[in-house]
Amino acid sequence: METRHKILILDDDADWLALCREQLSTLPSHPDVLIANNAKRALAILETEKIRVLVSDLKMPRIDGLQMIGIVRRRFPTIRTVVLSGLEDEEYRSRAYALGVDLFWLKTEMQRSAKLFNECVESLLGQGDRDGDTGFRGLQSKSLMDIIQMECLSRSSSVLRVTRGPLVAKLWIQDGEITDAECEGARGEAAFRRLLAWKTGAFENLPPEPDREHTIDKPVNALLLESAQSNDETSQPDTEPDSEETSLHRKTMWKLAQLTREGAEFVVTVSMEDGKSEGLGTQNVIALAQWTKQAAEVARRLGERLEAGPLSHIAGQGAERQMVMLVNGGQAFLVGWPGESSENLLEKSRKLVASWES
Amino acid sequence: MGILKRIFGGDAAVQQLPAGTVTVDRHGQIVTSTVSSTFPEPLLLAIARDVLDLFRLARADQMPLAEVSLHFSSLRITARELRGGAIIFLFPQTAVSSIPTPARQ
Repeated sequence: METRHKILILDDDADWLALCREQLSTLPSHPDVLIANNAKRALAILETEKIRVLVSDLKMPRIDGLQMIGIVRRRFPTIRTVVLSGLEDEEYRSRAYALGVDLFWLKTEMQRSAKLFNECVESLLGQGDRDGDTGFRGLQSKSLMDIIQMECLSRSSSVLRVTRGPLVAKLWIQDGEITDAECEGARGEAAFRRLLAWKTGAFENLPPEPDREHTIDKPVNALLLESAQSNDETSQPDTEPDSEETSLHRKTMWKLAQLTREGAEFVVTVSMEDGKSEGLGTQNVIALAQWTKQAAEVARRLGERLEAGPLSHIAGQGAERQMVMLVNGGQAFLVGWPGESSENLLEKSRKLVASWES
Repeated sequence: MGILKRIFGGDAAVQQLPAGTVTVDRHGQIVTSTVSSTFPEPLLLAIARDVLDLFRLARADQMPLAEVSLHFSSLRITARELRGGAIIFLFPQTAVSSIPTPARQ
């Protein structure tokens, strides 16, 4: 006997629940539609019933929709999730998709385009647990690299379990940083590189394991860059290596992406030996490089005279921006941040410089 | 006894790190200071000169700074620009020391 799929609707508005239930009951597959008016009740149902699709409101008291989706994605990774929002807010939309939501729909649009909405939910009901033919389940257009970046950008802690047929790989993420990986008998960075070579598969989030031994210390961006380069080289063995110009362009694009992602305004590097400088995000490279080199010299001289030990960094604050200067080997780096930035500028600058160098 | 002194000399000493606040005018002259008087004044003047240099160089390079902080492994120097001069805070750093931050105005 064919079992009916179950849909759970979560909303604190009783009228909306009734309306939604009525609409989803008309789906061609005649799903069993359950309702809950708070997150606690919804979680209890999810524990006991085999729910295929969760339709959740975004704004609710106590636990809101995004928190609820986060919990569901972690505890019930096979459940498809639909978020309904009364507000047309791009930030909510992108945050929801970053959490792995399958569908984000405006409540007003749901009423106006009821047929389309029903088709979308029906399609989610129809998707089984099998691995897709291409891409990763739920995020067909995203590569594994995108998925890892999303996990790390959200600073989450979890274990990402990736399967490709009989192969199983695991990635341990703690506070947005990759700490360990296992894939095809390898562990650590080697495993991570092998995993990123996978083009298809399915993934799920498992609870974090904070006590897991760390085998990877590199920043996630450096790891991704190295793996991407390694994959490029292996996937195009017969093609000519990149011209110097192409390689330079690729590096520049990567660096700009890093800069934007971290929220920095500019980075200027200058060699302490020959004064050769380069920079991105500013047209004032020469002047900034000059100050960086002079400041590093002043600090070195002062440190020696005072016997204050090696220089860790110099932080500066102007009317419009803040700056952090770091010296690494024979290179000095000046990272500019918007004036209103306040948190962990040193850590963020160090991270940026580490990925910049790699 | 005293063999090491005879070999290495008796005046070898670890430099004391300065702690306190110094205000300097635009010419690098010390106006007020709460740093111990046992700390050599030439060194204090050197700090003042270098800090003013950092502000001056930044101004010359079209990026005026209101505050600059030099973080060494055992000393932190935080300076705020003060109408051409500066107020300089000197914080020795130890493994157990907290990192005090001068209150913002």
